Amino acid sequence: MRSGAYESVRTYRLIVGMWVRSTMAYRTSFVLTALGNLAATGLDFVTILLMFSHITVLGGFTLAQVAFLYGTTSTSFGIADLLLGSMDRLGRRIRDGTLDTLLLRPAPVLAQVAADRFALRRLGRITQGLAVLGWALAHAGIDWTPVRVLLVPLTVLCGAAIFCAVFVAGGAFQFWAGDASEVQNSVTYGGNTMLQYPPAIFARELVRGVTFVVPLAFVNWLPALRVLGEPDPLGLPGWVDFASPAVAALCCALAGLAWRAGLRSYRSTGS
Amino acid sequence: MTVPVSEAATEAVTDTVIELDGVEKVFDVRRKAGPLRRLRTQVRAVDGISFTVPRGEIVGYIGPNGAGKSTTIKMLTGILNPSGGRIRICGLDPTRDRTRLARRIGVVFGQRTTLWWDLPLRDSYELVRRMYRIDDARYAANLAACVELLDLGPLLEVPVRQLSLGQRMRGDIAAALLHDPEVLYLDEPTIGLDVISKTRVRDFLRRVNAERGTTVLLTTHDLTDIEQLCRRVMVIDHGRLMYDGDLGGLHAVGDSERTLVADFARELPPVEIEGARCVKVDGPRQWLAFPAQASAAPLVAAVAAHYPLVDLSVREPAIEDVIARMYGEDADRT
Amino acid sequence: MRGGFYAAVAVRGFRRYATYRTATLAGVFTNTVFGFIIAYSYEALWGQRPHLGGYTEAQALTYVWIGQALLQTMALMAGGFEEELAERIRSGDIAVDLYRPADLQGWWLSADLGRACFHLLGRGVAPMVCGALVFELALPTNPVTWLLFLVSVTLGVVVSFAIRFLVALSSFWLLDGAGVSQVVFLAGLFFSGMLLPLTVFPGWLGVLARALPWSAMLQVPADVLLGRHEGTGALLALAFQAGWAAALLLTGRALQAVAARRVVVQGG
Ligand SMILES: Nc1ncnc2c1ncn2[C@@H]1O[C@H](COP(=O)(O)OP(=O)(O)O)[C@@H](O)[C@H]1O
Ligand SMILES: [Mg+2]
Repeated sequence: MRSGAYESVRTYRLIVGMWVRSTMAYRTSFVLTALGNLAATGLDFVTILLMFSHITVLGGFTLAQVAFLYGTTSTSFGIADLLLGSMDRLGRRIRDGTLDTLLLRPAPVLAQVAADRFALRRLGRITQGLAVLGWALAHAGIDWTPVRVLLVPLTVLCGAAIFCAVFVAGGAFQFWAGDASEVQNSVTYGGNTMLQYPPAIFARELVRGVTFVVPLAFVNWLPALRVLGEPDPLGLPGWVDFASPAVAALCCALAGLAWRAGLRSYRSTGS
Repeated sequence: MTVPVSEAATEAVTDTVIELDGVEKVFDVRRKAGPLRRLRTQVRAVDGISFTVPRGEIVGYIGPNGAGKSTTIKMLTGILNPSGGRIRICGLDPTRDRTRLARRIGVVFGQRTTLWWDLPLRDSYELVRRMYRIDDARYAANLAACVELLDLGPLLEVPVRQLSLGQRMRGDIAAALLHDPEVLYLDEPTIGLDVISKTRVRDFLRRVNAERGTTVLLTTHDLTDIEQLCRRVMVIDHGRLMYDGDLGGLHAVGDSERTLVADFARELPPVEIEGARCVKVDGPRQWLAFPAQASAAPLVAAVAAHYPLVDLSVREPAIEDVIARMYGEDADRT
Repeated sequence: MRGGFYAAVAVRGFRRYATYRTATLAGVFTNTVFGFIIAYSYEALWGQRPHLGGYTEAQALTYVWIGQALLQTMALMAGGFEEELAERIRSGDIAVDLYRPADLQGWWLSADLGRACFHLLGRGVAPMVCGALVFELALPTNPVTWLLFLVSVTLGVVVSFAIRFLVALSSFWLLDGAGVSQVVFLAGLFFSGMLLPLTVFPGWLGVLARALPWSAMLQVPADVLLGRHEGTGALLALAFQAGWAAALLLTGRALQAVAARRVVVQGG
């Protein structure tokens, strides 16, 4: 028997291939929506530009520094959204019974659900996030050291992993409360919005919450403070800026456990 | 009533493919009972079912709506875990070995398609090929056989969304058989199909069973499916096995009747004919009931010979009727 | 008689969403979280630039919570009828609907008004109360202002409906409706003023954004409640909304007629 991870990736790729082909059946529609998506996700950043047309510093951060936050979280979120963006449809699949057909295949269910409705148009957000990140790297006046250079891609990848874990945990949650799938949005979309702004503008309890409870701060805030050379409003020890990989691994492990428990519950209750 | 259940003693001799022993499924259901109060009740969807099916048999699994048929099938495939009892399919425990079992069984849910809506039928089969790791020669042979027998040739390049219900069902059945499953479960495969599609599906299942020795378990509301395919029938109601035996026995127990619906050229007094009785008249249309075992052909010939027949159709006895009668008998006896 | 029918459809729309209690709670939670995130960013912004866009800090914060109250009411992030209608178009069930005695647009509009009414009460009030507990808001005490606000919200819902109706009808021509609606929703979030009040937009962008129909969904009702339109100004604001509502509904009608002809030609 081949390993579970290999099977998952293989299944994921097979199903993604089917969705990509389905999309390509309507090529014009795809090109239009991909371009539209690219432009529309950019409006988020336009909002920040508009704010900075009235001010020069927000929460102690310059525009380029905020753009760095924006670029990292948007790219991370975009990757997670591309990879597992349809997890929120699980509740619907449970309600209309189509989850059963996935359980009939000799393949991991999580990989099948993750690949569900895979949409290449979601590349729009990643592209736009990377563009802003590129601009920010050039203009944020970062004092480059090898550590900082390494920290940037690491931040983006760990951030993506943390968001992926949130998507999977959100999916698992729908096994028990399919109707409440919207709560997931407050962590995913809400988290992404929050991480675009400097931590200093938020109430301290909120920052503590997203550091210790839902560890979104590790997506970009903590490593970004290190890269940008800004002080940490919570005054945490310096090594936490490098803790993102460990936190991401922990999140993924917990999300995996939640998913298993959810699937087990489904198989015993059928709903 | 004594239920003739297949004997456990034969198990060692024949090759048993499906084996259930005291299988139960209990659902917790929360119902609204007033604006804030919720009542928790338990639904015993499957309530202690035991049976075995030897390799190569076609079994009909019938019962009224909500009897527990689909729930049984979901447990046999590993979608749902039983709350009690023991299941072995090809020697595997569906709860623990879901993915391993998936390679050895085929499943068709009548109301649910596994085909890809926007893609040509062939693409769905390609996915099956890769997901089940079917080797090329076997895939080619199986696909060719399905295409020929189910008449899928002209449909292979058509996007599934453009297929009719009957075409799609044929497509789904083929998809479930490409990996040579040892067991095939069909949950209401003929629901909503026209007569021609139904006939084609039945012929196909019969051949698959005869040529490949595939074991088939089939639920349906159409007694003709059962009559034409299954020698053995199981009747389930309220999650309990009420009958397990051959179809003839079921008819004898149920004493069911079919109905010939005849449209005449004009309004007539109730028709009188040997072997049938008129049960309803509505203008030029009359309903003639005749025993389910009797052939319809001589009756039609006799009616056509004596009356100005314009159009006719034969209604099969509804399974619900058969079962209701069965209980009637049951009540009479006790 | 017909009025009664559409009222019944609206009541059904209200009830339908009222049954999803967990979903409503989840939504309230999400709206509140978003409200907090945006409120803190506005606090930082208005802390540096008091009176930006003509709002005091309290008004800007009130604007945030009005936005959260109206987010679902205006179905700014989907969640209304449009997916269902698009699905009916894609599956071909629409052919049946077109031959029903009830008017297609009227039927869905009534249902959507019922939905909006529920979302205003069920998902709008609670986040607003949460916001008022934590931040200092500038809510009016004059009942006339509240009444005008309700009228403005109703008109805003009609504009929102009319736009989503057009989006759903696009499924007749574009089979990947999800992409179109996503683009329209993202644009809607921006141009309704949900991300930043349109009064803060500089120069021509501000003028354009305030003239587009999306401003009828949040900017106008918010300004009515914040008392920035008074007397004839308020009437003009409502007329602006009504104008867009009428124009978009008529466009929808025209498009529906074209689509209906197409259905007849193709036989569904
Ligand atoms: N997931 C579930 N949760 C609660 N009750 C269920 C569930 N699935 C089925 N049931 C109940 O179990 C009974 C049997 O259902 P089912 O197996 O679908 O019947 P059939 O297929 O024979 O019509 C019904 O009363 C049904 O309401
Ligand atoms: Mg069933």
